[in-house]
Amino acid sequence: MSNENEKAIVIVGAGEAGTAAAIAVREAGWPGPIVLIGNETLLPYERPPLSKAILIDETNPEPKLIVTAERLAELGIEFLHGSEVVSIDRAVNMVTFSDRARLGYHRLLLATGARPRTLSIPIAEGSKVATLRTYEDAMAIRQTIGQGCELVVIGGGFIGLEVAASAASKGASVTVIEAGPRLLTRSVPAPIAELIRAKHERSGVRIETGVVVARIDVSEGRSNVVLASDRTHPADLVVVGVGAVPNVELAHAAGLAIENGILLDETLATSDPFIFAAGDCCSFPHRLYDKRIRLEAWRNAQRQGAAAAASMLGDNRPYEEVPWFWSDQYEETLQIVGLCEEGQIPIQRDLGAKGQLFYYLTDDGRVVSACGFGSLGAIAKEIRVAEMMISRRFVPDVKALADPAFNLKSLLA
Amino acid sequence: MTIQGKWVAACVTDALKPEEALRLDHGGRTFVIVRSPEGDYFAIDGHCSHEKVHLADGIVDGGIIECPKHFGTFDYRTGESRALPACVDLRSYEIKLDGDTVFIKI
Repeated sequence: MSNENEKAIVIVGAGEAGTAAAIAVREAGWPGPIVLIGNETLLPYERPPLSKAILIDETNPEPKLIVTAERLAELGIEFLHGSEVVSIDRAVNMVTFSDRARLGYHRLLLATGARPRTLSIPIAEGSKVATLRTYEDAMAIRQTIGQGCELVVIGGGFIGLEVAASAASKGASVTVIEAGPRLLTRSVPAPIAELIRAKHERSGVRIETGVVVARIDVSEGRSNVVLASDRTHPADLVVVGVGAVPNVELAHAAGLAIENGILLDETLATSDPFIFAAGDCCSFPHRLYDKRIRLEAWRNAQRQGAAAAASMLGDNRPYEEVPWFWSDQYEETLQIVGLCEEGQIPIQRDLGAKGQLFYYLTDDGRVVSACGFGSLGAIAKEIRVAEMMISRRFVPDVKALADPAFNLKSLLA
Repeated sequence: MTIQGKWVAACVTDALKPEEALRLDHGGRTFVIVRSPEGDYFAIDGHCSHEKVHLADGIVDGGIIECPKHFGTFDYRTGESRALPACVDLRSYEIKLDGDTVFIKI
């Protein structure tokens, strides 16, 4: 471990946010030690493939590494894997590990992520219920979801639907149960959610919305998902994807302010000026939306990690990245930029068979979000241009937005 | 980096406006041709070095081409990677113009 006298930048959490921060701290010229602490045993790896390629790929899929051991060594980043930080002593700027070792920090970054939310219903002992967050979780699901497997997914959000798509493509019989009135209620506008539902149904996935699960029983070695209506769905595996809970316990125990995650200011500092946070675990004020938000998204984790790195080194500008999200469903892609919310005015850009795009405007005509579903080639560029519009608070000509033949990038030149 | 190869017709000069990209598939390989704001043409490998996603579907801006899926970026003049998650450079290819045809040496 690092020299006691030379204080380190210490990063708790080796996912996208923590790893991006560690690299950015070094690339920004920090000369001292950098210690990246992960509680899993693997090198930092990408989580998006866990619900897709890792479940589907024919041969034994390896985790897709964010950074190699060689690169970490080259950057002089000390990576402590399988290590748990159990407390922060803010009086002396030190963290304590589960084995009681202590490590001083110059600045501390909490990139502790989120964990799957669990169901608050009776679940019989011995029932096969899984959640998905880690490579290990994915490999366990992968083993079950082959031909002939009866899979019930609880939760019609992104994780649930991606697992459903992957399992269906491997020949499993899949049912998705969603308590809300439709799929993807939290972040996807209704017309796009409808297209995604249709895509799943064409692929043989049964989707039941407005359905509440009462309990999970076991009989004759099989799990039974029992609905509030008393109907049951037998299952070889139940995957629960009902959102995630930010990992705030370490911050909370240290007396840091918490509000839907670790509370940050716009420069990503916590209520202690020596401690910062990034990624799924934190909430921060966003100027474009005039409110505090918490994101569970790959790109945000990466960019927020890098921004927190700059802040830790004293270059503390407000973090203003536009939220961006993607999900693959079968061979099609969903991309969302900005925050799609009630009350925004939709403008449709109909790309025909290639896909559908919706832009969302404020009352005064500013683009605040956009959502597209279709082939990557058809929607990615348009969503990227929408992102530029959102960050520039641009007020476009509505006719141009709606005209798929019009090159929107030319408006921004 | 340029390697020995043969000249292949890629497109006509008018096929691309400034900072537009075009996909070219040839002999089981794939490339992206980009026109710079100055009117010069460049060619690099078509697939992002992070995942197999075609760069021709990405946005071109300020000398940079960006992967449409995960925002890895490359200097389209040299193929150098500029932003994570892309960290491996792409190969660049020699270009020549003959009349109104753009040729790439592959």
